[in-house]
Amino acid sequence: MQELQVIFSGIAQGCIYGLIALGFVLIYKATETVSFAQGELMMLGAFCGLACVSWLGLPYWLSIPAAMMAMAVLGWLTERVVIRPVLGQPAFSIVMLTIGIGYVARGLITMIPDIGTETLAFPVPYKDTVFNVGGVVLGATQVVVVLATAALSALLYLVFRYSRAGIAMQAASQNQLAAYYMGIPVKRLNGMVWALAAAVAAVAGLLLAPITFVHANMGFIGLKAFPAAVVGGFGSLPGAIVGGVIIGVVEALAGFWLPEGFKDVAAYIVVLLMLVLKPNGLFGEKLRKKV
Amino acid sequence: MSDILLSAHNLSVRFGGVLAVNKVSFEVQRGEVFTLIGPNGAGKTTVFNLISRIYTPTTGHIDFKGKALTQMPPHAVAGLGIARTFQNIELFEHASVLQNLLIGRHVHNRTGFWSQLLFTRSVHEAELATRRKVEEVIDFLELQHYRDTLVAGLPYGVRKVVELARALSTEPDLLLLDEPSSGLNMEETSDMAFWIQDIQHDLGITVLMVEHDMSLVSKVSDRVLAMNQGEVLALGTPAQVQADAAVIEAYLGGADDAASLRRVA
Amino acid sequence: MRFIFKTDYDQDIRVFKHGGHVFWYGLLLAFLVAAPWLIEEYWLAQMTFVMIYGVVGLGLMVLAGFTGLFSMGHAAFLGVGAYTEAVLAAKGWPFPVSLAVAAGLSAAVGAVVGLPALRVKGIYLGIATLSFGFIVEEGLARWESVTGGNAGMHVKAVNLFGLDTSSNEGFYGVCLVVTVLSTLAVINLLRSSTGRAFVAIRDSEISAQSMGIHLARYKTLSFMISAALAGVGGALYAHKLQFISPDQFNILQSVDLLLLVVIGGLGSVHGAFLGAIFLITMPQLISLGKDYLPAFIGQAPGLQGLVYGLVLIAFVMFEPMGLYGRWLKIRTWIQLFPFYRKGMFKRQKSFQKSDRLK
Repeated sequence: MQELQVIFSGIAQGCIYGLIALGFVLIYKATETVSFAQGELMMLGAFCGLACVSWLGLPYWLSIPAAMMAMAVLGWLTERVVIRPVLGQPAFSIVMLTIGIGYVARGLITMIPDIGTETLAFPVPYKDTVFNVGGVVLGATQVVVVLATAALSALLYLVFRYSRAGIAMQAASQNQLAAYYMGIPVKRLNGMVWALAAAVAAVAGLLLAPITFVHANMGFIGLKAFPAAVVGGFGSLPGAIVGGVIIGVVEALAGFWLPEGFKDVAAYIVVLLMLVLKPNGLFGEKLRKKV
Repeated sequence: MSDILLSAHNLSVRFGGVLAVNKVSFEVQRGEVFTLIGPNGAGKTTVFNLISRIYTPTTGHIDFKGKALTQMPPHAVAGLGIARTFQNIELFEHASVLQNLLIGRHVHNRTGFWSQLLFTRSVHEAELATRRKVEEVIDFLELQHYRDTLVAGLPYGVRKVVELARALSTEPDLLLLDEPSSGLNMEETSDMAFWIQDIQHDLGITVLMVEHDMSLVSKVSDRVLAMNQGEVLALGTPAQVQADAAVIEAYLGGADDAASLRRVA
Repeated sequence: MRFIFKTDYDQDIRVFKHGGHVFWYGLLLAFLVAAPWLIEEYWLAQMTFVMIYGVVGLGLMVLAGFTGLFSMGHAAFLGVGAYTEAVLAAKGWPFPVSLAVAAGLSAAVGAVVGLPALRVKGIYLGIATLSFGFIVEEGLARWESVTGGNAGMHVKAVNLFGLDTSSNEGFYGVCLVVTVLSTLAVINLLRSSTGRAFVAIRDSEISAQSMGIHLARYKTLSFMISAALAGVGGALYAHKLQFISPDQFNILQSVDLLLLVVIGGLGSVHGAFLGAIFLITMPQLISLGKDYLPAFIGQAPGLQGLVYGLVLIAFVMFEPMGLYGRWLKIRTWIQLFPFYRKGMFKRQKSFQKSDRLK
């Protein structure tokens, strides 16, 4: 019985990892850039939501789209100002750039007087609701996480699979020059993708905020999202979510069954196992250079 | 010492559902220039990749200097005396031409890790010897002008020559040239023809090449193997293969076209 | 303007390419040796830190800059070296021996961490090394019987066969010797076939293989060398701080090391030291600058992170060749004065091509 409880919280936590991983897989699929800033974007999304609710006094159901919109604009701006000029540089440099963006975001938030260093509660209408399903207590905050993740990932999967924009993004990620020649507005697409990824991060932040509270170091959870993306396979959108859930559950069970300390490294051990056994992840693609 | 340097027996390789190479057999004599021709997708570069051990054949085997090649790891191939150039140039972009050629001498390195760390006298001598050898190749291909230029800044024609130079730096017994004249103009192609002849006669290196330019093929080749869709069509001297009906049908064009080609050759 | 007429292959093989080099580096060395008598203790201590981070940076430079393998958990090797040294120093082992053991153990861990490198590339390798970093950090914290766990561990002074090195000057001397030897070793490697093999692997694995380079062997070697240098740096780090705890070797330290190599200039030995100078002086500069900024910026806790982030972004966007790259441009400007042309170092702007097919 307790196992089920633990597994369920693992699933909920895993969905958060999955959503952040979804953000990087989106960016990776479209531009082959790995963004280490997703965690911090999530944190900013949470703060945005908090600002909407607590200081602008907007009702909760309005704050969500408002925060998502604000973050989408921020994501688009980031791409336009910082990422676009450096495209074409080796992948590692771009990774360092996104790490820099993360530092800037974290630094700016920490600098806000009175708020930056505090841990703030996020008022959510469903905060205290719990469901009792056959003896397992499910917090509404966790249930909402799972449902929202499922809905969002289904939507994005369909967009990428069937829409022209989705296919165009994949083309641009493989060979930018050829994509340009085919009339694909690569730059515009890149901006859209970053906006989308930021909005997804905002959702993750809004879902996580009631559980862990809002604070400047929330973004470090984003580091666990990388194992999620690797387990799922870096080019796969459903893979990101599945990977996240697997990591979440493994982590929760490790905390429950294994001695102290294993919980923190469980995700990383899973990653290493995955890289040994199935380097391309569960749903990843295997590409090979043809000479 | 056998006359046959390389022999391929019944080579087949399958990628998923595609049979890229189907029961191909041929022998390359020591000291000859042996050319593979055929339309795109015929499997010529795949045969090269089989010899370089980038792929493993599904059936069949390859022998080099009498020893089986098919079980060797890819990095051992250079040590046996086989060097190759790549169709889409695979040079070390962020290094100079000189450094690219020095890397080509890697198989001849006899100095150990710890001596290199201390840069002992023997390492110093080895470095000087390596440099002298590389300069011979630079002289041979007239690359003096580009010695210290980063490859990334070089024009295509020069890169092809550097690719050849790097292969020659390994001092191979067998040189695999993958489309040496693709992307080169008339003058560069005729330079290439002279170099291939010099490589054969002066350096005594056996050449196995893939080529589409039939005039170059006729000029330098001793024997030609025509392939189509993974299978052997014809084997013989350039004149014989170019006159072969099946080859003309698959690759060279109709009977009238063959006549005009013979005039060029 | 300097014209170098080459008459000898040695001119390309030698470490110092011409007289000017010998002069300037000689001067630098003289200054470094005389430093304990010339500069005050505080700055001497900072220079010691620069050398320590320089050695570690050198290791990461070999791995990331020259072999193209990105390690995002490099602090793990720093930690292994630091703890090995701490434990052995406590047992009274002489410094040269304990240093060798620290280097050796770090190299062994490096070989293990390098195993994924044989199978995966690029971002996957980054994540694998990141994971190892977390695992090692946690391992150091859990192995309480040896490391003292999260409570940390005190480190005794350097035991150099009885010589007293507990003073600032003495320890500075030890660091100087270790740094110079490490740098020479790395330079020697880079100008022989091993170093060239590393560069080959970075630029094109397939043709490196066809040149006879055993990929697995050289990748593992690169990891081992890089880890050994980090281990050596870690050992010195332990003695300098005199107290170590696992949280000093966390992801933030790893990112600091990456910052070091990127800002210093990826792919150059100078870059390691320039990056180390940056890493050590940046907090000082921020502290100095704080007083000139309005209070709500200057006194804010997040300022350091913000500045680091901005500098990193600025370097990647405007000076991808790093500090060493900028120095090369300045030096060329001086050498060619007044004939310097603006576009000399212009990066060929290329379209992005899939990295998965490299």
